[in-house]
Amino acid sequence: MMPAAAIEFRGVWKGFHRHTGRLLLRSHVGNWISGRREVEKFYALKDLSFRMEHGESVAVIGANGAGKSTLLSLVAGLAPADAGGIAVNGRVAALLELGSGFHPDLTGAENVRLNAALLGIHRERMKEIYPAIVEFAEMGDFMDEPLRTYSAGMIMRLAFSVAVNVDPDILLIDEVLAVGDHAFQLKCFEKVFQFRQRGKTILCVSHVSSMVQQLCSRALWLDHGELMLDGSIAEVCGAYEGSSSVQG
Amino acid sequence: MSARDLGAAATKDQGAVKCGISMAASAPSLSPIVARPRSRWTGDYLFLIENLILKDIRVRYRNMSLGVLWSLLNPLVMMGVLWFVFTKIYDTQIPHFAVFALCGLVPYNVFTLSWLTGTTSLVESATLIKRVPVPREIIPISAVLSNCVHMSCQLVLLLLLVALTFGGVNRYWIFLPVVWFLEILFVVGLALISAGLNVYVRDVRYVVESANLVLFWLVPIFYPLSMIPMKFREIYRFNPVAALVLASQRILVEGVYPQTSLLLQLAASSILVCALGFVVFRKLRTGFYNYL
Repeated sequence: MMPAAAIEFRGVWKGFHRHTGRLLLRSHVGNWISGRREVEKFYALKDLSFRMEHGESVAVIGANGAGKSTLLSLVAGLAPADAGGIAVNGRVAALLELGSGFHPDLTGAENVRLNAALLGIHRERMKEIYPAIVEFAEMGDFMDEPLRTYSAGMIMRLAFSVAVNVDPDILLIDEVLAVGDHAFQLKCFEKVFQFRQRGKTILCVSHVSSMVQQLCSRALWLDHGELMLDGSIAEVCGAYEGSSSVQG
Repeated sequence: MSARDLGAAATKDQGAVKCGISMAASAPSLSPIVARPRSRWTGDYLFLIENLILKDIRVRYRNMSLGVLWSLLNPLVMMGVLWFVFTKIYDTQIPHFAVFALCGLVPYNVFTLSWLTGTTSLVESATLIKRVPVPREIIPISAVLSNCVHMSCQLVLLLLLVALTFGGVNRYWIFLPVVWFLEILFVVGLALISAGLNVYVRDVRYVVESANLVLFWLVPIFYPLSMIPMKFREIYRFNPVAALVLASQRILVEGVYPQTSLLLQLAASSILVCALGFVVFRKLRTGFYNYL
């Protein structure tokens, strides 16, 4: 038998209902009276199967609406699949949207604690990593100022610093490497690269193809929820860019 | 199982769910089939709840120049008005009627506000729920708890007022924490159910508001239990909010033991509703991502 994969999808389907006033009572009553039970659905992922070993770094590429973010949500356990099997072995940290749960009226320090707690960091560990977070974000004296006085770049730097200090086995990244100025982007990239060096598993979604090509060895190309190609990063990026330049 | 079978099954929700389970059973290499949102989060529950409560409190008070004073001023004004109406204008023949009414009103306020904040909490934290795999139960629970912390000012004021009016405390006050703890259990259960439903049907919050309004008159706040006809009294005592108000009034105003049967009924209904809340929430939360 093969050793357990880091992430394995087998025939995964994920659909969403179309929202047309469905969240209101009248539509429920209407459906109940007319006996209409079927709701129109569209599928963000269609019969998706792939397997990632521990220590692999894989990029997901594809046009907008191809199902890339849905794929990461399923791996992160945010949403259940409609059909098929999903196996994830290891501690997952999802950098899906940086700063989820940040509040403008709280200070940087308060937001860091809240965000870390949400990401699953324990109280004792928080004490240990707090100086590292502040240092990595290059915040210094600003930690006790309310977040609304920060620039967008500062908020992103802070959020990224918390997220990379979770120390996961599997890191999910959704378009978040484009953070802050060029120097900070390099620093973030370096940090993610260190994860890779330490044998962690990385699954990322990005349009920044030069970064992706350096970071990942393999890529999945999704188009309208279907897996078009699964292969080496150069091969898949070449095929994807070829197809989009033909269309556009 | 072929892709075609899966596709056919996926067109119906029921079929799709069954399919996922049979898949798990037939594919041992996929043994940790993790489709439930909660299972990936291995964080510190207490640390998270503490931070969520602190966030609510800080956000509430940071933008007020008088801060916590507002939380005291509000109930103080309410107490003053009640005292004026029920001593100077409307004579009820019931001694200390203003204090009596407050002993009902304050627990009722805690209940209704907590329930309502809990109900809307999930929808208001939609972005969080769609982006962070945090256990969803935490959101309504911490909303209820932070509201209780906020309302504790009112409870302290009420206790002070009672102590001043009746000249000190009586030994039955030790039952107050028990009674209020049971109330929190009850609200947590109710809020889990209503918050979960509110994700699917956004009208639920208005149902909760109406229910609170009806409840106001079905709880003996402005009339004593003795005015209720005998045949309705037993029904009243099974309403946990009424039981809570009755227990508070007995302890604080009458200074008597709140009756074992009353406490048992309150405990039974609160624990039942709380457990039911967690069970129902587990069923509801699978669809949160799609509906938020």
